Amino acid sequence: MRNPGGSAAAVRCRGLVKRYGELVAVDGLDLDVAAGECFGLLGPNGAGKTTTVEVLEGLLEPDEGEIEILGMRWSSHERELRRSIGIQLQDTRLPEKLTVAETIRLFRSFYPEGPDVDDVITRVQLQEKRDVWVRKLSGGQRQRLAVACALVGSPRILFLDEPTTGLDPQSRRALWGLVEGFRGAGGTVVLTTHYMDEAARLCDRLAIIDHGRVIAQGSPHDLVASLGAEQVVEFSLASGEAPPEHELAALPGVSGVRGNGDSWALTVHAVHVTVPALLARLAREGSDLARLATHDATLEDVFVHLTGRSLRDA
Amino acid sequence: MRSSLWQLTLTRLREFVREPEAVFWTFVFPIVLALLLGFAFSSRGDQDVHVGVRDGAGAAAVVAALEDVAGVRVRLLDEEESAAALRRGRVALVVVPGAAGVTYRQDPTAPGAREARLVVDDALQRGAGRRDPVRASLERVEERGSRYIDFLIPGLIGLNLLSTGLWGVGYTVVRMRAGHLLKRYMATPMRRWEFMASFLLGRLVFLAVEIAAILLFARLVFGVEVRGSLALVAAFGVLGAIVFTSFGLLVASRARTTEGIAGIMNLVAVPMWILSGVFFSYERFPEWTHGAIRALPLTPLVDGLRAVINEGATALDTAPAIAVLGAWGLVAFGSSMLLFRWR
Repeated sequence: MRNPGGSAAAVRCRGLVKRYGELVAVDGLDLDVAAGECFGLLGPNGAGKTTTVEVLEGLLEPDEGEIEILGMRWSSHERELRRSIGIQLQDTRLPEKLTVAETIRLFRSFYPEGPDVDDVITRVQLQEKRDVWVRKLSGGQRQRLAVACALVGSPRILFLDEPTTGLDPQSRRALWGLVEGFRGAGGTVVLTTHYMDEAARLCDRLAIIDHGRVIAQGSPHDLVASLGAEQVVEFSLASGEAPPEHELAALPGVSGVRGNGDSWALTVHAVHVTVPALLARLAREGSDLARLATHDATLEDVFVHLTGRSLRDA
Repeated sequence: MRSSLWQLTLTRLREFVREPEAVFWTFVFPIVLALLLGFAFSSRGDQDVHVGVRDGAGAAAVVAALEDVAGVRVRLLDEEESAAALRRGRVALVVVPGAAGVTYRQDPTAPGAREARLVVDDALQRGAGRRDPVRASLERVEERGSRYIDFLIPGLIGLNLLSTGLWGVGYTVVRMRAGHLLKRYMATPMRRWEFMASFLLGRLVFLAVEIAAILLFARLVFGVEVRGSLALVAAFGVLGAIVFTSFGLLVASRARTTEGIAGIMNLVAVPMWILSGVFFSYERFPEWTHGAIRALPLTPLVDGLRAVINEGATALDTAPAIAVLGAWGLVAFGSSMLLFRWR
C-alpha cells in the first residue's frame, strides 16, 4: 500500500515530546521499528511507555516531534492509518453484557476488510466462550478478547500496551503465542511491558525507557552483552564488613559492582574465577556469608546498571 | 443501513434489554405512576373540607351548624390545637366564634383555603337564615378528554421520553468514558456520527413499545382515548426521543463521572418537570413566564401530545410545537457532536 520507496520502517518517530502541564511524560524520544519485527518498550511504571504508544497510535497529540506510521502521518491519513493498525489499550472495559462473538462482530464491522468473526475467535482460542458474556470471562480471556478486537481489521501493525500485566503464567503464555502467531504471519508488533522476561522472549529489539527517554536500544542479547558480562554474582553478609567497593571491582573477572551496604551484586564474565577470589577475600576479612547466588545477566541487570534502580521498584 | 451503524445500534439494544432495571424504569415505572396518580385524582370524587372550631363561647352552635353539611368535616379544637392543625395542614380553616359573629383564621395561600372559607361561610350564613335569591343546580361533567387522567397521560409520555433519553444515554456514555471504551472506539475507523446516531436509533426502537404500553394501559384502565391520529402521536414520540437522546449525549459530552453527570441531568430535567405542564398546567404560572416555558423542549412535546390525544389536533394545528421540537433536536444533536470528548 502506502509505503513510500518500499522502505522497511513501520514506525518512525523523531524528537517526540509530550507534556501534561508541568510533567514531561515523553522527553525527546526517537524510535525506528522495522516492518515485520516485534519491538518492545521496556521500562518501569510511569516511565512514559503508555503515553509514547498512545501518541504513536494517534490517540494523543504530541507537543513536539514527528511521527510516521507505515510512511503516513496522522494529520493527513488518519482514516487509512486507523484501518491499518490494531490497538489493545491498557484496561479497556469492553461492554459487559455482550458475548465474545457479539463484541468481535461489533469491532469487525468498523473495518472494511478482515477475517471472519469465528476465525478470530479460533485464533485467540475463545471458541468455548463464544456465546458467553464478557463479564463472565477471566482476566486472561478478557485480554485475549481485547487482542482479538485489535486483530479484526487484519492490521499491519499491532500495538499492545502491557498485554500481560496481572495475568497468571498460563494466560501469559497463551498471549505470547498469539503475538508470535501474528508475527509469524508477517505482522509488525509494538508492545510495552515492564516484564523483562516478556521483553526477552517476544521482542527482536527493545528500547529501554526511563523518565520519558530511551536510555538504551538494541536486541535483548546485545543489551545484555553490553554489560560486558554474562553473569551476576549476588551476596550478602551475615557478619563482618564487606571489602570496599574498589577492592571488589578489582577482583578477577569483575566488570561492575553495585551494593547498598547489606547486599552486593557483581557483574562478571567468569564466575569460576571470581567466586573463589571473592570467598578468599571475605575469609581474610573474617566475614561470614548469609547468601551467595549467581544467575545469568538479564535485561533487569541492564536496567539496574543504567539507572541504579530495579524495574519493579523504580 | 451500514453494517457498522447496525452493529452499534444492536449493541445499544442488547445492552438495554440485558439490563432488567433499565427495562423496569422505562416500561413499568410510567405505568405505575399513571396508575397511582390516576386513582389519586379520579376515584376520590369531591373532597371533604376539614375545618376546626376554636373552643369557647358560641363554639357548640358553630359546630352544630357545620356538622350536618355535606362535604365538611368539623372538629372542636382548643387554641393550641387549632394553631397546630393549621400549621400541619390538617384543617384548612379555623372558625373562631366571637361576640359579634365569627372570625376565619387561615393561610389564604394554602391549598384548598378559599374553597374551605366559601363552603363554611355559605353553611353558616344559611344556617343563620340567609335566603338565596337565585336558584342554582349542578350538572356534573365527566366528559372523556377533559378529566385529570386525560391531562396526565400525555404528560407522562413526555416525562418518560425525557427521563429515558437523559438518564439512559447519559449514564451509558459516562460509564463508557470512565472505562476507556470511548477511547477504544476512537482507536478504530468507526465513524463518530454513527456512534452518536446508534443512540438515537436504539431509542427509537423502544419508543414504540414505550408509548404503546402507556396508551394501551390508559385506555384499558381509565378509558383514555386517542382522538387524533396515531401517526401524529408517533411523530411526536420520535421527535421527543431525538431531542432528549441528544440532550443525553450533550450532558454526557464532557462528564467523566456518574456523580458529575447526575447533577447536570437534574439541572436540565427538574425545571422541565415542574414548568412544562407534566402534572399541572403551566397556565398557573404568571403570564409573563409562559413564553419562556413554551420554549423549553418538554413543553411543546407535552402540549402537542395533549392536543393530538385529547382534542384530535392535526399536524397543521401542532406545527408550531413540531417546529420548536425540531429546532431543539438539531441544536442538541449538533452541539453534542461538537462538544463530545472521546477520552
